[in-house]
Formats: sequence, C-alpha cells, structure tokens
Amino acid sequence: MTDPRTRKPVLEVEGLQTVFHDLEGAWPAINALDLTIYEGEVLGLVGESGSGKSVAGFSILGLIDTPGEITAGRVLFQGKDLREMDEESLRKLRGADLSMIFQDPLTTLNPVLTIGEQMGEAITEHGQADAEALRRRCIDTLTKVGITSPEERLSQYPHELSGGMRQRVVIAIALLNSPKVIIADEPTTALDVTIQSQIIAEMQRLQHDSGAALIWISHDLGVVAELADRIAVMYAGDIVEIGTTDEVLDRPRHPYTRGLLDSVPGDVPPGEPLRQIEGSAPPLNARPFGCPFHPRCAQATDLCRSSDPAPQGDGAGRIWRCHHPITAQEAA
Amino acid sequence: MLDTTTQAPDAVPETVMELRGLEREFARKPVLAERLMKLVGKAPDTPSLKAVRSVDFAIREGEVLGLVGESGCGKSTLGRMITGIIPPTGGAVTYQGADISAMKGQALKDFTLGVQMIFQDPYASLNPRQRVGEILAEPLRVHGLATDKADIRRRVDAALTEVGLDTSYRDRYPHQFSGGQRQRIGIARALIVEPSFLVCDEPIAALDVSIQAQVINLFLALRAKRNLTYLFISHDLSVVRHIADRVAIMYLGKIVEMAPAQEIFANPAHPYTRTLLEQIPSVKNRKRHFEAVKGEIPSPHKPPSGCAFHPRCPMATARCRAEAPVTREIAPGRTVSCHLHDAN
Repeated sequence: MTDPRTRKPVLEVEGLQTVFHDLEGAWPAINALDLTIYEGEVLGLVGESGSGKSVAGFSILGLIDTPGEITAGRVLFQGKDLREMDEESLRKLRGADLSMIFQDPLTTLNPVLTIGEQMGEAITEHGQADAEALRRRCIDTLTKVGITSPEERLSQYPHELSGGMRQRVVIAIALLNSPKVIIADEPTTALDVTIQSQIIAEMQRLQHDSGAALIWISHDLGVVAELADRIAVMYAGDIVEIGTTDEVLDRPRHPYTRGLLDSVPGDVPPGEPLRQIEGSAPPLNARPFGCPFHPRCAQATDLCRSSDPAPQGDGAGRIWRCHHPITAQEAA
Repeated sequence: MLDTTTQAPDAVPETVMELRGLEREFARKPVLAERLMKLVGKAPDTPSLKAVRSVDFAIREGEVLGLVGESGCGKSTLGRMITGIIPPTGGAVTYQGADISAMKGQALKDFTLGVQMIFQDPYASLNPRQRVGEILAEPLRVHGLATDKADIRRRVDAALTEVGLDTSYRDRYPHQFSGGQRQRIGIARALIVEPSFLVCDEPIAALDVSIQAQVINLFLALRAKRNLTYLFISHDLSVVRHIADRVAIMYLGKIVEMAPAQEIFANPAHPYTRTLLEQIPSVKNRKRHFEAVKGEIPSPHKPPSGCAFHPRCPMATARCRAEAPVTREIAPGRTVSCHLHDAN
C-alpha cells in the first residue's frame, strides 16, 4: 500500500444510503455509508449475508433497481459525483473506468454469445477498434488471467468452460478497459478451494501490475486477509469498523469483528466448543433500536440499547462505531 | 485396506459401518435410437460416469469421520449410498455386520431409523408448506414410533429444545426462519427418530460465519450427549480439523489418504492433502504470496490415466502417469494411495 500521507483517493463515498421498499415502508440496506478508496489499494469489505456489503458495491455503481432506491449521498470519482450523472455517461464509465466482477460467473455471462463476442462487446461499447486489434486485446487479457489456449476459448460458449475458467473470463472482461476501480462481489465463493487460491493468486498479481484499486467483497475473513490492504467490516448496513488489515485482524475495536474472528476454528483446541456470537443478524425491517449489534453483544449496556453509536476515529483512518470499543490492552 | 480391523479388538471401538469396494456409476438412459441399435446388435456406447471408484473404509462407533474433497469428487454420492438413498453399482455397505442392500423387516427398519442424514441446503430440505411441528412429527407417524397426539407433541417439543429452538416455533413455516434456524430444524428432524449415526453432507456450508460456529457447537454437544457417530462431509478443512477424529481425503471417486485428524494435519502424506492444507485461507496469512496448485479438477467422464491426481501433482513421475497407485498402510491407522510411499 502507498504511504498514507501521500496516497490519493480515487473513489469517495459520502453518506450513501440505499433503501428497499415493501408494502410496510422503506428499509435501509445501507445507512449513510462513508468510504474512501485510495489509488492502487485493495479494500476488503466484509460482512455476513444481509449486512449490506453487496448492496454497497452495487450502490457505488448506481446499479440499484426497484424495489431498491438510492436515497442519499454522493459517490465522487475523479471529482465528479456519479449520482449527478445521467444514465448515458454513467454507462460509459461502468465497464471502463469502473468495473464489477459478480459472484456467479454462469449468470454473469451470456449463454448464447461466445467468449470472444462478449469480450469484443465490452471493448466496442467503450471505443472503436479494428477486428484484428480487438482479437489481440482479448487474447492478451485472457492470457493475463491464466487461461490456456486463449485463441480457442474465443469461439467457445460459457457452458463449455469450467466454473473456474468462467470466473477467469469474467475477470478478463472486467480488466479489458484498464479500469481504475474494480468492485469484486464474492468472486471466489462459488469456487473450490484449489481454484479459489488460483484466482486469489492471479488477482494479487493483476492488481499489483495494473495498479487498479480493488474493492473485494466477501464473507470470508481468511480470503480477505490474503488480499486486502485495508478491511471494512459491515453489520446491519453500517461499516462498524475500518482499518488496515493488521489493525482490524490483530487489534479489533468492535465486539462484532472480535466475535467473527473468534468463531473461526483454529484457536480453540479440536473438539472444544467454538466461541460463538449468539443470535443472528437482524432482517432489514427489524433493525434493533440503538446499536444494531446490541442484542448479540456481551458488552451491551443501557447506552447501547438507547443510542446508535456515532463513528469515532483515531484521525489516521481507523474508524469504529461502538460505545465500548475494545481497548488495546483487552485485544492483546 | 481395512486398517481398523488389523488393530487389537479391545483397543478399538466396534465398527458400525463398513464399505467394501464401494462403487457407483451413473449412466444416461439410452435414447430410442440407441435402444433400436442395440436390438439389431450394434449397441453404441452410452456415456457413463464413475462417481465413486472402489472405496473401502470402516467407521467406528462414536467417532467423527471427516470426508473431505472438492466438488465432483463423489463425497455426496458416497454419503447417499451409506444412508441407502441410492444403491451402489458395485461393492457393499454393511451396517452392524449386515449388508444394507439385503436387509429386510426389522433389520431394515433399524437401519433406516438408525442412520439419518442432514442435508446441505436448509432451504431445499424442508417442505415449505408444512409447519415445523408437522415436519418433525412426520417421521414419528410414518414409522409408527408415536401415535398418541400428546406424545408426538411432547417429542416434537423435546427435539426443538434439544437443537436450541423455542417450542413455540412448532407452529411456524420454514420461510419464517433464518438459514441457521432452518438447519437446526433439519437436525431436529434427523434426531427425532433417535438415530445412532448421522451422515452430515456439508451441513454448514450454506451458513454465515457466526452461525457456522453455533451449528458446529451444536454438533459437538449432541455427540457428547447422545454418543452419536458422524460421517461429516465437507470441503472445509478447518471445520473438519475441529470436529473430526479421523479424516478421509477423496479425489475423483477414490479415497487418497486416511488418517487420524491430528496426524493428517501435522504431517500430510499425499501431495493432494498437502495442497489442500496449504490453501486453507486463514486470517493468519496476510498478503501471502503462494503458488496455487496448477490445473483444474479433471472431469470424471475422462479420468486421467494412472494416478488421477498426476496432472496437477508437483511430484508426478512417469510411473504416476501409467500406473494407478494401490492403497498402503504407512503407519498404524494411516493409509495413503500414492507411489511416493511405495518405498516405505
């Protein structure tokens, strides 16, 4: 990661809020999200299902459909607010400067177009190129993501490829136009362990070579630890903690982060009960009053039950949202 | 390779389930044209797939055997054959000494009730139109274990309490529960017939991290309380390491290594096991630069010649390409199927 004093923000999210409507009302899936992504960094966005981590990724790119609605906030990319842009200019940015990798490669790719046609489309949508140059660029990008015999792949259909190959194609498409920011939503969750580590190793290299900023959304702290410079932990639509990977994993300030780390097998001797977080994450329409984590938190007090904690920080980018943060002594 | 039977009988708990040369082949039904060609004596080859290729092992009473492998390795097919959901196409499964395919009458009933299965997907494994109380009462009614309404109610409530759910939940439908709660209902349904053996097929793979720990703890507590035997099928080695006494590693339909959990994690013998262990993502590995194993999982339609792992194995030799390794015992209770261990 670049020096924190000289690093330049590439994407700034301020107060972004996305709600989902149903017959009973509008329920926020992300609440006033503040997040800055710096040039060339990997930010791991971690949370359990329903925490809002995917909605955050989609909202940044403005990819929210009804019944969802982005209701507040700004997304600044190179000084321009994406939310002020018309759909046409936003479409030009997406897939070029800002690209997204989705979880399920089978539903991301069009089953009736060949790999070459889909890749070509991604290039011609954002600029002209003659057929031969187009083909060259596709082959180069496929080679970069570790696909063997790329020439043949261009004429194949998605169903002819394995899950790992399909995800590589999706990554190749995301990289085609040299994006400045890539948002990857659980890109390895559907894959086997050996294929997952191949993809992680490729992503480490590609990200390093291209210098693009990467937001890696995942529920798996282990995967994020392999990749990320910084980690943001989400719970019930809020970022409850953010810091460098070492800070968050070694010295968590929020009891939820601590709980997540403790519930992974490894520290407790085999056969002994794991330390578990009681209860489960609240549904969108039943966000607890006060701190949303208080019903599951062993440290909760009356203050936690009555008031939602505001974000606090150390001024150097470390932020947490808790009335009773874990101190350095306790964490050790 | 039945390593369990070679040890002193008083030192080893009784074998409850034994697999001998177990195989399962899946074939497509021939289409009309192919059947006609068969009639005229020119039968075409219909493609078939060997999901499980000659598996031998024994499961002892009261142990947790972890079965680990990647998708398509045949681990779920193996689990389904052990519970009798699908019949094997070769070899046999014996339960308490008797072949399950030949069971009749009381023995068959003891087997079907004694061996229960917990499925991966808590959403697909519960009937959405039944209330939880009905879901749990059904096995009791079907098997005639309880007919009296009050008795059924009492046992349903006891099962809910045992898995950590409130008894008032019996009147709710599955969609009213979270994934973790649904998996608890699936566990309660398996437990209500008082089984002694549970086949758990990726029971926590669909759950959130914080919920996974809760369900692992439930499995550990139930085992201690009821002296259950588990076959715990998972792709997640860190979970298996925590819960299993012995571990079997499966690759393309075969068991490639089997050992007590502590030994396999401390000192893996098969290159595939080593690969899997190196690649467990862990919060302790920060920005690690590692060499991922090359290649993809081969298709079971066209298994590689010789050792099935040789195209991906960093230590493969000409012999691995030509000759399939046999399973050897390399230490008491440890077997491995790899040419590297032939010299020992």
